Amino acid sequence: MKKKWITIIVIAVIALFFYSSIKGNYNKMVAMDEGVKSQWAQVENVYQRRADLIPNLVNTVKGYAEHEQETLTGVIEARAKATSTTIDPSNLNTESIQAFQQAQSGLSSALSRLMVVVERYPDLKANQNFLELQAQLEGTENRITVERQKFNNSAQTFNTFIKQFPKNIYANIFDFEEKAYFKAQENAQEAPKVEF
Amino acid sequence: MRKKIKYILLILISFISIQTIAQNFPQKANPPRIVNDYANFLSKQENQALENKLVKFNNESSTQIAIAIVKSLDGYDKASYAFELAEKWGVGQEGKDNGALILVKPNYADSKGEVFIATGYGLEGVIPDAIAKRIVENEIIPYFKQGMYFKGLDEATNRIMELSRGEYTADDYKQATSGSAGSAILTVIIFLIVIIFSFIGRARRARHYAVGHNVPFWIAMGMLSSNRSHGGSFGNFSSGGGSFGGFSGGGGFGGFGGGSFGGGGAGGSW
Repeated sequence: MKKKWITIIVIAVIALFFYSSIKGNYNKMVAMDEGVKSQWAQVENVYQRRADLIPNLVNTVKGYAEHEQETLTGVIEARAKATSTTIDPSNLNTESIQAFQQAQSGLSSALSRLMVVVERYPDLKANQNFLELQAQLEGTENRITVERQKFNNSAQTFNTFIKQFPKNIYANIFDFEEKAYFKAQENAQEAPKVEF
Repeated sequence: MRKKIKYILLILISFISIQTIAQNFPQKANPPRIVNDYANFLSKQENQALENKLVKFNNESSTQIAIAIVKSLDGYDKASYAFELAEKWGVGQEGKDNGALILVKPNYADSKGEVFIATGYGLEGVIPDAIAKRIVENEIIPYFKQGMYFKGLDEATNRIMELSRGEYTADDYKQATSGSAGSAILTVIIFLIVIIFSFIGRARRARHYAVGHNVPFWIAMGMLSSNRSHGGSFGNFSSGGGSFGGFSGGGGFGGFGGGSFGGGGAGGSW
């Protein structure tokens, strides 16, 4: 009779131990998962900010650089493509982030081509409105860098957390998947070509 | 298995590299300072004048305008350096993110001078990037080119103060002080209650003793108090008072509040 009680108590203690371990870790994973998602929203936010700047920029440039229709159209098309590519924050895997990054980098290179073209128009470069747009665009690119890095940091913290023992078992049970990172573009270091 | 090991190694390496990069950033000064000149760019008086002005502004508005002058950007782009340093120090108040950091790298024989104003999330509205750019181009660089470093920083901080004044009030600061004043009053009340109760308790026991042993009440009271020490509880209360003293020191800089930065701001070079 006494033995039976001891076994029950031992089982209860073990069950309680497992329960508290799972509960603590699961709740932490949920909180971190939400943190990564909200950081992702922040990343999309700054990319959207860049997209919002473009119509104004294109209009300003148009007034001075009529002959650059092709470059301007390129920017507008790349913008349309970039804004149409959105991804589900609950599915931040390598493919979806890569697709997003690809669409955005199309816009980045179209913009850098535009900035090269602009060099040929001294009047435009002296325009106060254009200078401010340029400062805003630079600021937006800075924001993109910062938010991407913050995203990578939070994804890394999450990934390291769910891969450690015994959390990897719980993560598997509750279906927490590893988050993908932003990677530096292979041609990001290349400066845009200047053609004369 | 092999792939896994590779992956783990990769994570480890990335951690190590992050740590080594982070070590390059100057540590927060202790005791905290809002003007941090690691390059002897300003004279002592100039440094102190800026420090006093910015600490006063911090006390009035809770907005923190920090200055960091470093000898080298360690291969960083000035914008990235400014954001990482500002984030690491936590310039501005947590939640409001009303901090700004002016980063300066003086010009040396082999390198241009660089300056960058980083604005926290909460100041991006009052100091948009275009305005930050104007401050750099119109206030800072013309003076810096003439070697008037203090003047440039003084004017730039004046502009930032004008722009951000009214955006944030020092309610945090006031709350912090009045909050601790409130808790101090509470502490005093509790203290009095404890004293009164212990006095009543002791008096009751003393009366009991006095009646039982046929000694006068006052002597019994004295005998009991010499037996019992209240030192412990007194010590606790006085340490509570100490933390209150920390708040009331209006002159010094209390430290950065944990604000966050998202890439706002602009810079230039000379």
